[in-house]
Amino acid sequence: MEVAEKGTWTVKKGLAEMLKGGVIMDVTTPEQAKIAEEAGACAVMALERVPADIRAAGGVARMADPTVILRIMDAVTIPVMAKVRIGHFVEAQILEQLGVDYIDESEVLTPADEQHHIDKHKFKVPFVCGARNLGEALRRIAEGAAMIRTKGEPGTGNVVEAVRHMRMMMAEIRRVQNMPREELMALAKEMGAPYELLLQVAEQGRLPVVNFAAGGIATPADAALMMQLGADGIFVGSGIFKSQNPAARARAIVAATTHYNDPQVLAEVSKDLGEAMPGLEIATIAPEQRMQDRGW
Amino acid sequence: MLIGVLALQGAFREHQEMLSALGVESRQVRKPEQLEGIDGLIIPGGESTTIGKLLQDYNLFEPVRQKALQGMPVFGTCAGLILLAREILGSAQPRLGLMDMVVERNAFGRQVESFEVDLDVPVLGEKPLRAVFIRAPYIVSVGPGVEVLARYGDKIVLARQGRFLACAFHPELTDDTRLHRLFLEQC
Repeated sequence: MEVAEKGTWTVKKGLAEMLKGGVIMDVTTPEQAKIAEEAGACAVMALERVPADIRAAGGVARMADPTVILRIMDAVTIPVMAKVRIGHFVEAQILEQLGVDYIDESEVLTPADEQHHIDKHKFKVPFVCGARNLGEALRRIAEGAAMIRTKGEPGTGNVVEAVRHMRMMMAEIRRVQNMPREELMALAKEMGAPYELLLQVAEQGRLPVVNFAAGGIATPADAALMMQLGADGIFVGSGIFKSQNPAARARAIVAATTHYNDPQVLAEVSKDLGEAMPGLEIATIAPEQRMQDRGW
Repeated sequence: MLIGVLALQGAFREHQEMLSALGVESRQVRKPEQLEGIDGLIIPGGESTTIGKLLQDYNLFEPVRQKALQGMPVFGTCAGLILLAREILGSAQPRLGLMDMVVERNAFGRQVESFEVDLDVPVLGEKPLRAVFIRAPYIVSVGPGVEVLARYGDKIVLARQGRFLACAFHPELTDDTRLHRLFLEQC
């Protein structure tokens, strides 16, 4: 029998390809994980607190207790992701040991390193990282991220930052595509992006990995907006379990992500969902409290 | 020829790219009316629970089943294989049940156990097929009408029943078009 190769780039990137067109939901208990799975989530993110509560609690936010993660892994058959602090490669070693399916090196937690991200190539488990623009996305991919998501502004229920980041990324991709090749080196330097990856973007007209939207998505319309702007899929953090009727809202966001181009379906699923999570105006957040500025 | 690719969730884009590389037109299928006029249907990889739920919510189950029973060829990869199976071990999740086989989900383990390997597929010729298994299922057993086309070790990973073809891995993630061509011969 031929030798099987595990943890290859194809396999890491491939799982993200399978999540496309789907919704990944933040959950804090096995019960919530089951509600998410029942509603059609394509994966869950296991956390101790959703971003809105992390924001409210303040202090240092760290990787969740392994017990919380393991209980959620036991509760569902869909992939389970979990977060580590930026640069905290030992938290990542622990999550890999637990057998989580994807690691989110996330700005939602308090960074452990203010200069360096994790060398994600060293791991068999794939990583997803946040980015606000093309340069940041390509730096993360060069470090080994097999999936990218916008950062948005987590825990706010305000989609404006995710829109800003997705528009920025798409505009930069279009710009790169239309550039004469000799100008790409100067742009790579300006963006702080690896040249080889930038060349790939120019040739393919998209990121070399799957690109999801995250940070502030609270309604089916928000999800469809991000999909129409070019997202490959959706992360919903606080938006579901901080709303009045999580099961109905989760189901509606799943439908809106699949049928994002179909206003008839969007109108139907947006009805009678109860109150969305309370939103936060970005201007009221002190600059040092903005999670999106974490990461380098 | 026009091939439908079920586009509720998962790797439908990759299947479309592969079809387009073979010079075959494709259409994304999200609603029953989009099944009209297609010569075959591909059910891609993704999360089988998610795809099953959306098939139900948007009334696609019966139309797909009926068309398949009337002769429409169907090719299921990974989650698609699960949805084609008659029985899913330990799960009551919705399925099309078009192929007489019992499957097990996530049968090789979690993502860290996902792998790629060169697979012998006699029906495709001597050159092995690079097979990418991602949280993959496998076929535990098949009924008399089902042809086993490939095994990995003792596990069945590719099978055919008449016009239905199912594999546990992801041919759409490689450049090898042979399995898609095998399917298109039926269409």
